[in-house]
Amino acid sequence: MPSYRIQVYGWLLLLPAAVLLVAFTHYPTVTTLVQSLFLSGTATRPAEFVGLENYQFMLEDDVFWQAVRNNLWFALGTIPVSIALALLMALWVNRRLPARGLVRMAYFTPTILPMIAVANIWLFFYTPRIGLIDQFLGLFGIPSHNWLGNPETVLACLIVLTIWKEAGFFMIFYLAALQSLPPELEEAGRLEGAGRWYFFRRVTFPLLMPTTLFVAINALINSFKLVDHLFILTKGGPNNASTLLLYYIYEVAFSFFDPNYAATLTVVLLAFLALIAIGQFVLLDKRIHYR
Amino acid sequence: MTATTATLAAPPGERIGRILEIGAAWLLAFLWILPLLYAVWAAFHPGAYATRFEPLAPLTLENFATAWRQAPFARYFLNTFLLVTSVLVAQFVLCTLAAYAFARFRFVGRDVAFALVLVQLMIMPEVLIVENYRTMSQLGLVDTILGIGLPYMASAFGIFLLRQTFKTVPKELEEAARVEGCSFLQVLLKVYVPLAKPTYLAYGLVSVSHHWNNFLWPLVITNSVETRPLTVGLAIFGAPESGVNWSVISAATLLAVAPLLIAFLLFQRQFVQSFMRAGIK
Repeated sequence: MPSYRIQVYGWLLLLPAAVLLVAFTHYPTVTTLVQSLFLSGTATRPAEFVGLENYQFMLEDDVFWQAVRNNLWFALGTIPVSIALALLMALWVNRRLPARGLVRMAYFTPTILPMIAVANIWLFFYTPRIGLIDQFLGLFGIPSHNWLGNPETVLACLIVLTIWKEAGFFMIFYLAALQSLPPELEEAGRLEGAGRWYFFRRVTFPLLMPTTLFVAINALINSFKLVDHLFILTKGGPNNASTLLLYYIYEVAFSFFDPNYAATLTVVLLAFLALIAIGQFVLLDKRIHYR
Repeated sequence: MTATTATLAAPPGERIGRILEIGAAWLLAFLWILPLLYAVWAAFHPGAYATRFEPLAPLTLENFATAWRQAPFARYFLNTFLLVTSVLVAQFVLCTLAAYAFARFRFVGRDVAFALVLVQLMIMPEVLIVENYRTMSQLGLVDTILGIGLPYMASAFGIFLLRQTFKTVPKELEEAARVEGCSFLQVLLKVYVPLAKPTYLAYGLVSVSHHWNNFLWPLVITNSVETRPLTVGLAIFGAPESGVNWSVISAATLLAVAPLLIAFLLFQRQFVQSFMRAGIK
């Protein structure tokens, strides 16, 4: 093929996907930035350019800070535990285990269930008095507790649910990585008389580092984009104690009808994601050493 | 088999450790499946037994009938089905073409274009609901099934996955097809696509389960029974304001997850392997 035809064909093949990607990823990213500089218009008044006024308002907005704080706690609460559990699950399922197929299925099942559906079920777990958790704790004489109605415990409830939902998904990545490790390693370890814990700490875990990194980044992104459970369980309450950034954006845009302030908040979310992307880029350099 | 003999031969301390470990693995598995078991319990028993666990409680299908009567689940199923299939078909076509371009055509700006595609891995459509809603209302696509699916149809993940696969196809195969007079589109359809079947299966399963379960964007963009997918319908149905009882909500929840769950139980191995394949980069 002559080279100009390669050029044309290449771009033509790319065109349909490129149009949609630009329309729903790049273009809205840019307009988010632009809209954040305007005040939302009303039926009688068009949107008005106000410079950084929305940002100033945001910095003084207690709910925004609460959402950011919650989001960071939410990330901190979910990521390490779900990664540790995922690794444990993968190590268990990767070895010989009675009823291994069933166990693996149990671990993985939450992944394919919609968050909305499982939130319905978990709502019942957390219900005071008649809920499963209170019934269970009641056996030990522990009084009932309004888990989701208390600002002290509500975020922890969301964290537990999210760990349950995600751990099995992350297990898959560890499982794939474990199965790609050469089996001679473990034999060599056994011949050398290395204990299992020692072998895991010094051999398996370091070799799994790229996977851990990949999973951690995925978990971090998820903690910023996964808010479905809030719609069923808490609606961000009580008193914004469980609101997350994306949920707050949704509320501002579609309940308070202030799309421009929502755009301002979205800029912050985009900034977080950009930071993650840069962090990933820097860490990826290190990842090569393990290959 | 070797495991049992190895366990028996091991010193008693190690054997106890092994038993504890198996117990812990099972306990965790039980905890992980418990919410689903509970939903099954509540859905198949009368409302009075939703919180009382008596082994001889009477079984019933009444909750499913009630749920089916109280909300247009048949319509929601249809909407979700239309959404999932239209997204999947569009993703296959668009991602195949784009991946082929990236894998086998040296055109000016290719690397920049690829980097721009990868941006979507970080900035997913979920994050841009505010501005995408604005675009959809300008296009007149608010409250349409096409409006739900459109932002997802060009998928960076799909392009990336297929590009990786296409790159592993030996160039000689393509050249042989060329010699026989195939056009470049025929080469794509006769050489590349058949060889990428496992990738299509993996990506397809991941995509279907993602869009079957997706909630936030469909919630934003739909406002009528004719377009709402199951997840949004279920959220409205289960809202505490609606005053529906637990057993009925559990039944509705099981209805909504049943097709995917049954498919998963039947094809567990393929599901797990697909997610694995999609995850290895």
